[in-house]
Amino acid sequence: MKILTQVGIIFGICWLSQCIEQALPFTMPASIIGMVLLLALLGLRIVKTEHIQEKSDFLLANLPFFFVPAVVSIMKYADVLRSNLLALIAVCVVSMVVTFAATVLAVRLTIRLMNGGKKK
Amino acid sequence: MKELLQSPFFGITLTVAAYVLGMKIQKKSGLVICNGLVLAALMIIALLTVFHISYEDYYVGGSIINMFLSPATVCVAMSIYAKRDVLKRNLLPVLVGCTVGAVTSVLSVWALCRAFGLDAALTASLLPKSVTTPIASAIAESHGGIVSITAVAVIFTGIVGNLCAPLMIRLFRVKDPVEAGLGIGACSHALGTAKALELGETEGAMSGIAIGLCGIVTTVLALFFGALL
Repeated sequence: MKILTQVGIIFGICWLSQCIEQALPFTMPASIIGMVLLLALLGLRIVKTEHIQEKSDFLLANLPFFFVPAVVSIMKYADVLRSNLLALIAVCVVSMVVTFAATVLAVRLTIRLMNGGKKK
Repeated sequence: MKELLQSPFFGITLTVAAYVLGMKIQKKSGLVICNGLVLAALMIIALLTVFHISYEDYYVGGSIINMFLSPATVCVAMSIYAKRDVLKRNLLPVLVGCTVGAVTSVLSVWALCRAFGLDAALTASLLPKSVTTPIASAIAESHGGIVSITAVAVIFTGIVGNLCAPLMIRLFRVKDPVEAGLGIGACSHALGTAKALELGETEGAMSGIAIGLCGIVTTVLALFFGALL
């Protein structure tokens, strides 16, 4: 019963976010609406972590598993992948390094400004 | 025989078996490149190809597993919520770092896609690729991207990020663990966070926070993806 209730709560949030997705005037995936919704419910203490802990642990611990069928569908796009392979690799690697550098510099600057503020 | 392959139990059993085996190999080898998810997918693709089973037959069961992606993504909120104390203590650096990181990632991917002349579907698949797989694939799908390419790009980025993190820390002369953690989390999500945890507790916590926050910022940015595509 305990797990069943937890499944009910989580699936209920999923369905509710699909309703919200339909109503929103802009594109936002239902699963992300659900994530923000659950975060809000947790913050407002309407849903407590113990209400969904076990089911949530199960889903998060096996997260990669639920992606297997989606990744297998890459076999349908083998041509796309092959003809753009170098570009795809370059996009991933270059943007990864640039993102790291930008984040690190932004954090460094913020911490420096905060410390500077304290000294004065 | 055809009906048996179209039973949902076929696809589900095959996926569980491949995943369990893939994860065992990942654990045994201890190598980041031996990603359990990628290994499982490769094993299934090989099997389907060898026995001439169509993806559609496999997907009868696969679609049931796929349905759980949505509730699993919703539960990412639980791991963000669990880190709220660390977030409060470093609020400003975390907010600034993740916002700058997410914006830089999206814009740099967009510029590179334009430079390489990739089409709209591929660009949509790659734009959210620095954030965690559930968020990235949901965003890509809603903008006409190919989910499997997004997932592979996300994992590939994560593996490279994991392997290059110590090198990048030296290259950009990072001394502060908060800087290092946020940088790793922003550019390479959970796979990078595994490395950040090895580097230290603060690095790991910061990297973990960056996964959630960069995901949220990227979701907001995705509202404007229409203008970029």
